[in-house]
Amino acid sequence: MKVNGAHVGIVIVSHSPLIARGTADMVRQMVGDSVPLAWCGGNADGGLGTNVGDIVEAISSAWSEAGVAVFVDLGGAETNSEMAIEMLEPARARRVLICNAPLVEGAVMAAAEASGGAALARVVATAEELSP
Amino acid sequence: MDGDRSTLAGLIEACREAIAANAEHLCALDRAIGDGDHGTNMKRGCEAVYAERGELDAMPLPRALERIGMTLVMTVGGAAGPLYGTLLIEMGRRMEGGRAKDRLAHALPEAVEAVARRGRSQAGEKTLLDVLYAVQSEVLKQETPARIAAAAGMAARDTIAMKAMRGRASFLGDRSIGHMDPGACSCALLTDTICRYIGESQLA
Repeated sequence: MKVNGAHVGIVIVSHSPLIARGTADMVRQMVGDSVPLAWCGGNADGGLGTNVGDIVEAISSAWSEAGVAVFVDLGGAETNSEMAIEMLEPARARRVLICNAPLVEGAVMAAAEASGGAALARVVATAEELSP
Repeated sequence: MDGDRSTLAGLIEACREAIAANAEHLCALDRAIGDGDHGTNMKRGCEAVYAERGELDAMPLPRALERIGMTLVMTVGGAAGPLYGTLLIEMGRRMEGGRAKDRLAHALPEAVEAVARRGRSQAGEKTLLDVLYAVQSEVLKQETPARIAAAAGMAARDTIAMKAMRGRASFLGDRSIGHMDPGACSCALLTDTICRYIGESQLA
C-alpha cells in the first residue's frame, strides 16, 4: 500500500475492467507517478459489473492522507462505491469523495489538479465543473 | 419471522432455489430495460449466502440478517447488492432486543427508508422499493403471510406501467414502460418465498 500524504489519490471504478484500466493509463500519461492511482472493474465472476470488495481494495491502494477522489461510470458503480466507502474506517471514509463527473475527463482533470497539490475539495470541484 | 434457528437455513435454501429457478426470467426482464444480469447477480449472492447457512443458523436472527446483508453486498454486484444488502443490514441492526413481531414492525420501515436513501429513490419510480413499500404496509397491518405475498406480487406487476426514474432503465425513458422492473420482480419472488415458508411453518 502506498503511503502518500501530499497528493490526493484517484480511484477509477467502471463496470468494464478495460475502461477502468484504459482511463488509468490516460491519467498516468498526464501526471506520471505523482498521484496515487488505482482502478477496478468487473464483477466477482469476471463479467461486466462492479464489486464492493475490489473498490475497497482500490481505495486502500490509492490511499493518501490528503484524501481520495473516486470516479464511477454507471449507477451500480456509484452505489457500490458508496457502500465501499462506508466500510472503511470512519477516519478514512470522511476523506473519500465520489465525483459527479464524466469518468475519463473527470479523472484526468482531477489528477492534473491533484498533481499540483490541490486539496480534496478543490480536486473534486474541478472535476465536477465538467458536469452539465 | 420468529427467529427459530432451525428454520433459517431452510428459508435460505428456499430463497436460493426460487432465485435459481427464476434466474433466467430475471435476466430476461433485465435485458429488456437494463444490462441483463440481475438473475445471474442474485443467483451468485444466494449461492454465497447458502454456503454460509450453517454459520448463519448458529447466530441470533438480527446478527444473521446483518451478515446475510453484508454477504449480498460483497457478492451480488450491480445496484441490487447494496440495495438488498442495506435492507438486511439495517433490519438486523434495528431488530436487536424486544419481541420478534414488534421488532420486525419497527425495523422494516426504517430499513426500507435506508434502501430509499441508498438508491436516492422513492415510490413510483419502478424499482424494488415499490414492492418493499407494499410489503411494509401489509406487515404494519399485521396481514397474513399470504396477503403480504399477494400485495408484493401486485406491486411488482404495477411496475410494468411505470416509467423508470432510477437506474439504467431510466436511460430508456418512456421505452421502459410496459416492462416489469427486474428488481421489483426478484423482491416479490423473495417475499413470496419467505411468506410461503413462514405460512407453512406456522401450519406445521
